[in-house]
Amino acid sequence: MNHFPEAWGRPRDDIYGPYNPSYLQTTGPKTHTQSPAVTGTSVVAVKFNGGVAIAADNLASYGSLARFTDVKRLRKFGESAVIGFSGDVSDMQHIDRLLESIDIRENYSTHGNTMNAKNLHTYLSKVLYKRRSEFNPLWNHILVAGFDENKKPFLSSADLLGTTFSAPHLATGFGAHLAVPILRRLFPDEESIETASKEQAVAALRECLKVLWYRDARSLDKYSIAVISEAGIEIEEDQQIEAQSWAFAEAIKGYGAQVN
Amino acid sequence: MTSIGTGYDLSNSVFSPDGRNFQVEYAVKAVENGGTAIGIRCKDGVVLAVEKIITSKLLKPGANKRTATVDRHIGIVSAGLVPDGRHFVSRARDEASSWRSVYKGPIPVSALSNRLGSYVQAYTLYSSVRPFGVTAIVGGWDSEAELAVDGQVGSGPESGSGGKIQGAKTGGPGLYMIEPSGLYWGYYGAATGKGRQAAKAELEKLDLNSGNLSLLEGVKEAARIIYVAHEDSKDKDFELEMTWISSLDGPTKGRHEEVPKGLLEEAERAAKRALEGEDEEEDATKGDANDSERMEE
Repeated sequence: MNHFPEAWGRPRDDIYGPYNPSYLQTTGPKTHTQSPAVTGTSVVAVKFNGGVAIAADNLASYGSLARFTDVKRLRKFGESAVIGFSGDVSDMQHIDRLLESIDIRENYSTHGNTMNAKNLHTYLSKVLYKRRSEFNPLWNHILVAGFDENKKPFLSSADLLGTTFSAPHLATGFGAHLAVPILRRLFPDEESIETASKEQAVAALRECLKVLWYRDARSLDKYSIAVISEAGIEIEEDQQIEAQSWAFAEAIKGYGAQVN
Repeated sequence: MTSIGTGYDLSNSVFSPDGRNFQVEYAVKAVENGGTAIGIRCKDGVVLAVEKIITSKLLKPGANKRTATVDRHIGIVSAGLVPDGRHFVSRARDEASSWRSVYKGPIPVSALSNRLGSYVQAYTLYSSVRPFGVTAIVGGWDSEAELAVDGQVGSGPESGSGGKIQGAKTGGPGLYMIEPSGLYWGYYGAATGKGRQAAKAELEKLDLNSGNLSLLEGVKEAARIIYVAHEDSKDKDFELEMTWISSLDGPTKGRHEEVPKGLLEEAERAAKRALEGEDEEEDATKGDANDSERMEE
């Protein structure tokens, strides 16, 4: 007889073979927070003379399913900054509520020294870094657009590891591969950024989103675009990609049904 | 003074044989010495005003605020012990933030007042604490528009009501006053502190329950009432601190803010003029009386 009590009342190993313990619950760490579920794709942004423009489409995907098509991934922080989120949407909501509570507390003091976009970016990058250090990352790559303490246009990114990077034009996700080269071609140096008009910047972003809509299978043709300038923040949330031309698709070989 | 408590006032939470709680009554006395604070519930907003007595010329003018914001849409002014008022505000902010973390939206003024009432009342129950030495006026505006849930990303289903009640009327101004006992009522106009009697008399003249007074008129009246209430302690300098919360289409867009400097100064000038006018009238009537006396002579 097997004298180990855990074997009593169970199928005998010598007859049925040993039980495969991998079917039992393990006591390992929780892992469902370590991969994204409902996600947003690229955010693109570019500086111009006197401000920053930022855009993202209105899609939240569940894997490859286009699950939610009216999602606002550009979030305003007070009257001073816009944050564009790609990555997990529920983590975005968590950060959004965090920012809401910070904005409320900011207004409790009456001295008028409010947080600018640069402060906000520093703060968020540290939140992201803390969470990744706990092996429980907030699965987002964010772009923060606004002004720094000298009222100069500010644009910087922070990712789920807490890595920060700043450039006159930035994009997350697929946009880092598809949109940044376009923006670099349009605005090749610092000078071209400093002389770029708001209209040029907005047109460039619309062009980038169109290319992303053509080539990124997790994207949508409805998008939001925000412009942060001295006049304040203008967000347009129900934009449609205009003048689409899929003629180029005919020339693409090697995908889908047509293999050769 | 020696015989009033007769032993029943030595500890908090102790009743006297005739059903009084002396420690709470003494807390009310502390409030009655504080600078006057008032609140007016107008049809399109709420005004809060406080007479801040200047205890030293070395204090920076306009600093050391006595009005405080809770969440975005609620303001608190209090009369009585200033540190107690600060702690009260701190608690109110914690309550508002805790409400948000549970319900993902701003706390209604009525709910905040209820929680603060319960909090203050708890300080009448234990011998290890003393009651709050403040009477606080809580004013705010509950949004009349349908608010997005905090963190909401989309706009819900495109067809059907989505569980919403169409055309339901919600929101509006709220004004509550919480006393050291924990007692709180909703008011059309509330006053506390040293000049409360005079202030209440003036508030009653405004016919607030008919709901006709506009926020801008309310600002003027609030300034005047604080000046009237200050008449009895004229020897002391004071600053008028005034904040307001308007409807969403009003000047503060549903937020609690300081009344802008220009408007505040205008209201103060009007208040001073009104007081001088009253004095002249009084002098004039006295003069008439003297004349008639003389006539009789």
